[in-house]
Amino acid sequence: MSQRQSAKTLFALLLWTLTFATCLFGGTGPGRTGSAKEAAASAVVPVIDAVNMRIQGEQRFHANCGRCHAAPEKFPPRMMKTVLRHMRVRATITDEDMHLVLFYMTQ
Amino acid sequence: MGFFVSLQFLFGGHWRTHAAARLLMAGMVFVSLASAQTPSASPDDEKAVPILTGNVGTFSFVTAGQNLIDTQINPVLLVPLGDRWLIESRAEFEGKFQRPLDGGPYQGPVNKHVDYAQLDYIANPHLTVTVGRFLTPFGIFNERLYPVWIRFLQPDPLILPINTAPSDGAMFRGGFPLSSKLNLNYAAYVSAASIGIGSVDSERHVGGRIGVFVPGHRLELGGSWQKTLQDERKNAFGFHMEWQPGKVPLTLRSEFAHSFEGSGYWVEGGYRLSQMTRWQRAMRRTEVVARLQQFHTGEIGGGGDAALGLPSADTREADFGVNYFLRDGLKGIFSYGRQFSSAGNANQWSFGLAYRFLIPLGRVQSAIEPANEAPERHNP
Repeated sequence: MSQRQSAKTLFALLLWTLTFATCLFGGTGPGRTGSAKEAAASAVVPVIDAVNMRIQGEQRFHANCGRCHAAPEKFPPRMMKTVLRHMRVRATITDEDMHLVLFYMTQ
Repeated sequence: MGFFVSLQFLFGGHWRTHAAARLLMAGMVFVSLASAQTPSASPDDEKAVPILTGNVGTFSFVTAGQNLIDTQINPVLLVPLGDRWLIESRAEFEGKFQRPLDGGPYQGPVNKHVDYAQLDYIANPHLTVTVGRFLTPFGIFNERLYPVWIRFLQPDPLILPINTAPSDGAMFRGGFPLSSKLNLNYAAYVSAASIGIGSVDSERHVGGRIGVFVPGHRLELGGSWQKTLQDERKNAFGFHMEWQPGKVPLTLRSEFAHSFEGSGYWVEGGYRLSQMTRWQRAMRRTEVVARLQQFHTGEIGGGGDAALGLPSADTREADFGVNYFLRDGLKGIFSYGRQFSSAGNANQWSFGLAYRFLIPLGRVQSAIEPANEAPERHNP
């Protein structure tokens, strides 16, 4: 088998593995990518949960974001949401971490 | 206080023992507890707004007595579309000005190119699909640490040019928890030959990067692989590490890369002086940084290494520096390095300023009133 063929085979295998993993795990996790019903359910956060989320958000912020850069000032929620979507892609942070950090950074 | 005065007015001096007063107090306590359960707004329901961000930097690099003024602006445009899409692009405008050896004013080229212009689709919590021109995820420096306001030391690591040419194609990536103590992140990509965006050509290659992150220990370990599908069709691989010990404000990072173009490693650390007891205000803003690195030439030869920006001879380098954060996003930098090479040893000094900006391109006022601020606004 030529080098070119083996590279193609390897890449096809990688794609299949990813597709399989996506089908397997897709939709099992929490996040914004859920249904509109889930989105509506998460529209409000009880204050007691909010305290826990803020604490967890701070921990996740330091663990994920603090590894690369110093803590920025807090921006309005609409800006932070864009920044965190960008960082989710750039730094491959998890969906759950993104939501908790967003909550922490907008409180 | 007013509440107790009212009770005294209603029930006289015996209000504390009056059954009705007890009932009223219990009711008040219940109401105040219930109001503590009043839901507050979730930032997840805010609409994301387009943003123009990026950084500006101006630096002087004095290498072997020759001064280079490097001034750059790197705007980043972020345009969210709905809940799952993001258009993001970064351009680089960099002027490198030097005084000619025979004297005269500073002069030099101004490079302009698009580092990335990509469309991201968040398919589900485990997968994001990216198409367009994107930063090649080989190691971590190119993707995460490159911006001047983030990096510890302004001179690039010697191995940065290895397998980090921009990619034009498609990428699958994501990060998700494997367990409560372990996260996995991955990226797999394919790049076609240049489609003519910008002045830097991409190349035909496939590759991937995988990493595991242990949040409890703030430790990330990972590896990268890339196969070039043009010219020499060589494999390249690398490893990366990032660690923050829990008890001290220290960050350690390292990368290793091996390819046809050469191989090498860098190890760097940054220590915030926030634990110093003297001059706390200034010390909290001060970061001491250091980097050790080594590069071995590869098989590329024929001037290819210089064209990529790699040293033409085996090189070792040690750098030390101080960063001072004047305010959020603005830092002053100073560093000294010594380079040891068979082509000649040299000192390298650098100093300058780096600034990160962030400008919203739309209305940022919240559509949802924060629960704890609403009463103040209605009672001026």
